[in-house]
Amino acid sequence: MAHSAAVPVRPEAAMLADDVMLKADDLQTHFIMGSRAAKSVDGVSLTVRRGETLAVVGESGSGKSVTSLSIMRLLAHPGRIVGGRILYRLRDGTVVDLATTGQKLMRSIRGREIAMIFQEPMTSLNPLFTVGDQIMEMVRLHEPVSRNEARARALEMLELVEIPAAAKRLDQYPHEMSGGMRQRVMIALALACRPALLIADEPTTALDVTIQAQILDLMRRLQREIGMSILFVTHNLGVVAEIAHEVAVMYAGRVVEQASVTDLFARPKHPYTKGLLACIPDPKRDRATDGSRRMLDPIPGSVPSIMALPRGCSFAPRCPLVEPACEAEPPVLERAGVNHLTRCRRHELL
Amino acid sequence: MAAASDAYAPPRLLTLILQRKTLAVGLLILAVVTLLAVLAPLVAPYSPSKLSIVNRLKPPGAEWFFGTDEFGRDIFSRTIYAGQLSLLVGAAATAFACVVGIALGIVAGFFRKADALVSRVVDAMMAFPDILLAIALVAALGPSLATVIVALGIVYAPRLARIVRASTLVIRELPYVEAARALGVPTWRIMTRHVLRNLVSPILVQATFIFAYAMLAEAGLSFLGVGVSPEIPTWGTMIASGRQYVGQADWMTVFPGIAIVLTVLSLQLVGDGLRDLLDPRLRKDL
Amino acid sequence: MVRFVLQRFLGMLSVMFVVVTIVFVIVRVAPGDPAAVMLGPDATPADIEALRTRLGIDRPLVMQYVFFLGQLLRGDLGQSIFLDMPVASALLDRAEPTFFLTLFSILIAAGIALPVGIMAAYRRGTFFDQSVTTLTMLAASIPSFWLGLILIQVFAVRLGWFPVAGYGGPDASLMTRLSHLVLPAVALGVVSSALITRFTRASMLDVLNDDYVRTARSKGMSEFRVVLRHAFKNALIPVLTVIGLTAALLISGAVVTETVFSLPGVGNLVVSAVLRRDYPVIQGALLVIAAIYVLINFGIDMLYLMIDPRVRY
Repeated sequence: MAHSAAVPVRPEAAMLADDVMLKADDLQTHFIMGSRAAKSVDGVSLTVRRGETLAVVGESGSGKSVTSLSIMRLLAHPGRIVGGRILYRLRDGTVVDLATTGQKLMRSIRGREIAMIFQEPMTSLNPLFTVGDQIMEMVRLHEPVSRNEARARALEMLELVEIPAAAKRLDQYPHEMSGGMRQRVMIALALACRPALLIADEPTTALDVTIQAQILDLMRRLQREIGMSILFVTHNLGVVAEIAHEVAVMYAGRVVEQASVTDLFARPKHPYTKGLLACIPDPKRDRATDGSRRMLDPIPGSVPSIMALPRGCSFAPRCPLVEPACEAEPPVLERAGVNHLTRCRRHELL
Repeated sequence: MAAASDAYAPPRLLTLILQRKTLAVGLLILAVVTLLAVLAPLVAPYSPSKLSIVNRLKPPGAEWFFGTDEFGRDIFSRTIYAGQLSLLVGAAATAFACVVGIALGIVAGFFRKADALVSRVVDAMMAFPDILLAIALVAALGPSLATVIVALGIVYAPRLARIVRASTLVIRELPYVEAARALGVPTWRIMTRHVLRNLVSPILVQATFIFAYAMLAEAGLSFLGVGVSPEIPTWGTMIASGRQYVGQADWMTVFPGIAIVLTVLSLQLVGDGLRDLLDPRLRKDL
Repeated sequence: MVRFVLQRFLGMLSVMFVVVTIVFVIVRVAPGDPAAVMLGPDATPADIEALRTRLGIDRPLVMQYVFFLGQLLRGDLGQSIFLDMPVASALLDRAEPTFFLTLFSILIAAGIALPVGIMAAYRRGTFFDQSVTTLTMLAASIPSFWLGLILIQVFAVRLGWFPVAGYGGPDASLMTRLSHLVLPAVALGVVSSALITRFTRASMLDVLNDDYVRTARSKGMSEFRVVLRHAFKNALIPVLTVIGLTAALLISGAVVTETVFSLPGVGNLVVSAVLRRDYPVIQGALLVIAAIYVLINFGIDMLYLMIDPRVRY
């Protein structure tokens, strides 16, 4: 069965291209409440390449965090993957479908193959254990090492994420550290087993701007040194420009545009992306405040409830280019350039 | 139900109650128990004190639903009559606890100077196990129906005082209460007008639970023989007199006990349901 | 940390002081002359006067209070009127059954409550969870003395597995004595497990959705480890608090349950003292039990220190 030692490799799974680490294919994640289902993720396809960073951008409620939790299979009840595949290449080269992998194999993947860091550094570490203990626990869960070896690794990790006086910090508790420091600890924890893929769910949102820049620098450097892939979830296009190679823009549970970062910023092919780009705060004007909330405001209207999506294009009610056909049926992903996809029937106008 | 036809009417009290299973079940049991007790003279097939030595220690059956005791008295009738006193003691003790507790709580919450003393005493009172404190108070005041009520009232007043104090502290800082004070409305008026009205929900919920605890404690005191006189039938004294016949006439202890469990359970269900109905913020999934 | 300990310690002392005062007041508010009440209607005025002097109640109240405090500071709880021995020794003689009864009940209560409460929270909203909620409410509605009687009916009288009552006599072996404690401890433990179960469930629900629990899962550990090591440890502080509060409930229950099972414990001593109006014994027992309760809760505050590093600052 699914969790037997022989990894289930479906014939099509072998088709994962050599340079691809993770490929989500028509992923459907619903939150089922009684007879109703909230389609938080509704047919999302994504590709993360080896050693590259894919940024998933969207407002809250766009399904970007649910997508990342689906990959880790950490969905809170009543969320469930109801369709699609998440193909992932393990270290030994075999390809598994994370959407259906057994719990046991999934546990050995979490932390060792795919690690995750979260938005809230203040609450994501367990307040009752020292940071050293928490990193050592990660190491000892996946590798047959002694306490001392694990401790040495924890120290090494803290030094890697540039925490000053790391040896002293090892025995400190999370509450003795600042938010930026805790996020460094989270990164150290996530990277302790050298994962091939790091999922970062809004890792800098809760931090102030200077710390945010430091953490992004750190992640870029670690990506180079360790050679891992990153799936970076954010609502902040400014951050995307700094870290991503590829970008997927999500809206109401769907990917509406996907392109390389240069392409997307230079030639957005979806009116939503264009709207987002138009309201990136001017750094000279807006350095002091985070500005993250204001940023998205200039697009009129708000994200529709996933419980009551319009029949046609879900962006239609807010779209400046809307025509009757947009409201009649949902748009399909169309090619708008080399490796540039958009879910807009009128993208030529952009 | 009717709710579908007149969708615009505000939800009626009955609908609100029926929507909450625990509250509805609790109220139903409580209503049955209370009705049985109040209508005891009509419902009970025998007089609770009618002796019949020929029929002593008869097991439950068609003639005596719950059997008879060592004097041939009908346990069913006695259980129904005992409900009168058990409920009365519980209700009166709760009322007493409310009066004392609310007064103490408001004083502590409103007057900073009194707070230190009142809070200390309330904390210290809570350090005594409830039955033990009640026993000591009854011993000091001399055993009687009235002392049991007063003693249980004193035992449970601190719980209410704590809740009332905490809520008063919050309410006194509310803008409209501060405004009323600034306008020179007398303190006692603010307390009755604004504070008490806001406290109705938490007090009602807590009072229901105190009712339940007081009934359990009364049963304990009566069972020990340090509460009401053993001759007066309450559920506690009935169990106490059945104790000698355990193994011989188990029905003497079983049925009054079930009466206690059902009544206390109904009160807890009502308390839980009320908390849910009146103030969802108080709920905390307990 | 030192501040926390000191603060709690002073808090405990001040509560103890008020406790002592309350006990003093309770025993003195008794209407009528305690000496006359104690000796009964046949006593001569001379007898009553002698007892008044012996009890020290012929002096003004303030003097009595000062004398009482002084006595307590020397560890003297006074002299029992009927037992012809110091109250402290009377209490000590009766301490063993009460101590073991309370200890076993708390172990049974926690042994039921912790796993069931954790499970109910983990399986929130399921049939299991709903049954637990209903059952805890039912358990909290059962008088422990009545449950004791039912247990006697079933397990002692019908099945004969355990002794009906008593503590096995003065020369009984430890095993015999313990076998006398099984039924009363179960009766008390089951009843007091209700409150702990509900608190465990509630406080687990609070932490199960916390971010660090998700972090723990993302590290790839088993659910068992996530729930017990990461979630439960964080839920433990409110649970410990309620276990401390339950101690009071247990001692209360022990007083009544000892009577049901005729255990020669402190509860039994208190009840017979009440029936005989042995005020010094009532007063002493009240003081000692309240002191134990306050001490237990101080101990639990100290446990916080060990569990939660944030309290240490």
